[in-house]
Amino acid sequence: MSQDETTTDAPAGRAPSRRALLGWGGAGLALGAVAAGGTAAALRTGSDAQPAGADATSGSAVPFHGRHQAGIATAVQDRLHFASFDVTTDDRDELIALLKDWTKAAARMTAGDAVGGGAVGGPAEAPPDDTGEALGLPPSRLTLTFGVGPTLFEKDGKDRFGLKKRRPEALIDLPKFSGDNLDSTRSGGDLCVQACADDPQVAVHAIRNLARIGFGKIAIRWSQLGFGKTSSTTPDAQTPRNMMGFKDGTHNIAGTDNAALDQHVWVGEKDAKGDERWMAGGSYLVARRIRMHIETWDRTSLKEQEDVFGRDKAEGAPVGRKHERDTPHLKSMLPTAHVRLAHPDSNGGVRILRRGYSFTDGTDGLGRLDAGLFFLAYQRDVRHGFVPLQQKLAANDALNEYIQHVGSAVFAIPPGVRGADDWWGRELFA
Amino acid sequence: MRAHRSSVVAAIAVAATLTAVAGCAAKSDGKGAGKGAIAVTASDSDCKVSAKEFPAGHVQFAVDNKGSKVTEVYVYAPGDRIMTERENIGPGTHAEITAEIKPGAYEIACKPGMKGHGIRQKVTASGKGAAVKRNPKLDAAVSAYRTWVQEQADQTLPKAQKFADAVKAGDIEAAKKTYALSRVGWERTEPVAESFGDIDPKVDTRADGLSDGQKWTGWHKLEQSLWEKKKISADDKKLADQLITDLKDWQKRVGKAVINPTTMANGAKELLDEVATGKVTGEEERYSHTDLIDFHANVEGAQKAYELLKPVVTKNDPALAKELDKQFAAILKQLDGHRDGKSADGFASYDTVGKGERKTLSDSVNALAEPLSKLAAAVAESK
Repeated sequence: MSQDETTTDAPAGRAPSRRALLGWGGAGLALGAVAAGGTAAALRTGSDAQPAGADATSGSAVPFHGRHQAGIATAVQDRLHFASFDVTTDDRDELIALLKDWTKAAARMTAGDAVGGGAVGGPAEAPPDDTGEALGLPPSRLTLTFGVGPTLFEKDGKDRFGLKKRRPEALIDLPKFSGDNLDSTRSGGDLCVQACADDPQVAVHAIRNLARIGFGKIAIRWSQLGFGKTSSTTPDAQTPRNMMGFKDGTHNIAGTDNAALDQHVWVGEKDAKGDERWMAGGSYLVARRIRMHIETWDRTSLKEQEDVFGRDKAEGAPVGRKHERDTPHLKSMLPTAHVRLAHPDSNGGVRILRRGYSFTDGTDGLGRLDAGLFFLAYQRDVRHGFVPLQQKLAANDALNEYIQHVGSAVFAIPPGVRGADDWWGRELFA
Repeated sequence: MRAHRSSVVAAIAVAATLTAVAGCAAKSDGKGAGKGAIAVTASDSDCKVSAKEFPAGHVQFAVDNKGSKVTEVYVYAPGDRIMTERENIGPGTHAEITAEIKPGAYEIACKPGMKGHGIRQKVTASGKGAAVKRNPKLDAAVSAYRTWVQEQADQTLPKAQKFADAVKAGDIEAAKKTYALSRVGWERTEPVAESFGDIDPKVDTRADGLSDGQKWTGWHKLEQSLWEKKKISADDKKLADQLITDLKDWQKRVGKAVINPTTMANGAKELLDEVATGKVTGEEERYSHTDLIDFHANVEGAQKAYELLKPVVTKNDPALAKELDKQFAAILKQLDGHRDGKSADGFASYDTVGKGERKTLSDSVNALAEPLSKLAAAVAESK
């Protein structure tokens, strides 16, 4: 309360208004900026090209239609519900009908509207179309990002929907990486939907309603809640800390950096030829559930923790530097330091757009926190993005002692839905 | 297990009232009909009624059996719900029965020889609110459903008796073999039994459903003794008798249950709810692991209700009918894959069904239950 009064009384220009505070994805983040001597105006610079102004206001709606799907370059929201689906029907027309229904529902939900005939006011004898838990909540920057997995094209040697020849070469089955301990019930999937929002209830509502619309045609294979973003696509914002207490993912691709997006994230017209033409404007997503050995990490000395990452814990500054965003001097880090291994300079300039979230799924029955990073990375070609990077990290990263990859999936992300008559995957089925 | 739905609660209230009314059959004093009574003259081939239309309210029926066979007389509301009845009316005797009757259409049936559909007369109770137009297709569906539920109860009793006899004989193996089979009729029609309110807690409560101080009776208590304790106690033998008594009560009350298209449709959905929360998880039959036969019986019961409502559904919502046909067929086919000729009840023990297979079963339950939840609205819309 006193915060409101202070804000009102403060001379204009010195303190951000309450609206501006809310406008920056939660008061905590904004207050952090204030404490660091920044102002809302300073935060806004560099966000002109992308609708970051509209899109970073926490209650607002992110446009659903566009050349690319939202939820990739979009300023990272606070919460995640990611779902992977098995397609249970073998009828191509039914699948197409579902994707049309899904698209309609997604357009409504991202605008803050209820699905179908709404949550109330329908026939008394029928269950309502919308499940209702998002009634009265703002759109909360909800984005729904749709993808298709390798098994949609071919499963057990079967061309299930006549799509086999449409499978892009870049949509590979990920190789086995050293240290992988993958649980098949938390891996793979024919379809995926990434729901990101600033309100967890809005994200969960979206997945729940899509699943419900799909029963009989699809079934949820696995899903993951994420409660804290670990990367940002807004370079002037502070990089959030992961569950290890470190800022990781600092050098991410900005949602406003169209040149970098075109080079590293979006599938270009030239990439998408012949049967792969449907992917132009799309991207590829790798999702990994990375469990952290939280308790052993917590018993590790500060020095070792900092050496493992190659950053200091307080600022996130690379070894020998002062600030988080200072250019790292890789050679002063240990050869096994995470930052050194993952940095584009160590990988021929390879960059991926990271959009991961911290997760905690309670405890594991042995009294240990079941927590870690739900890693999400978008890229133009998995073969030149995640795969070489992870091969290197899996073989050398000092962090491996404290983490284990337990879930894995890869999806082709079609281009955006262009308008009211368009639907998720139209180009693929055309 | 019991459902906690408001529709069921309402049904219980109405059922309780009707039970009270049905108990009002006046004793025959041999002096003929009282003032304003409707005379019903039954013979071996006829069922004459003195008035085809009479005012609604407290109605008295004066029955004379002029035939050579023992007869019985029923007053049915649409869907063959029994408003009142009198059995064992001997040749040449007189009986008087009464009922509180609301305005609407009814049928009076005489059943010479006390069997069959009976010789019926259509009658009308006049008064305010009598103008509700009925859909004969839906009335026929309700009446056929009630007949089927009654058959299920009638067929359950001898099977339950076999089970109870084995328990009373202390024969664990025989009791185990007859346990699951004795439950099939119940599981197929559970929502109707639940609508009575008091029978379900006596016969079908699970360990986790018990409240503090409640004595555990019924099938699942015996299940625990047979499979977990591996011992039949003296109390268990009494419980076996009690089970039969309670099931006979159920069998008698089916005819008076409030059944209408909405309760039928919601009942079908509730059967799938039962599968989703109790069977797929293996909670229902946690000691015997005979969940799959219950699962199958629940689906059959839901399918029966749907099939009877289908002529109306096909007209009102053909896409829904198509989807339900498909999903019922799919889930039954999937259950067929779990049949085991060597098991006493014909299905594999649920503890041998792996996590992945349970997930697939659960997916099929979702696939069927979602469209099934739209059935009630599809039959309610028809006027």
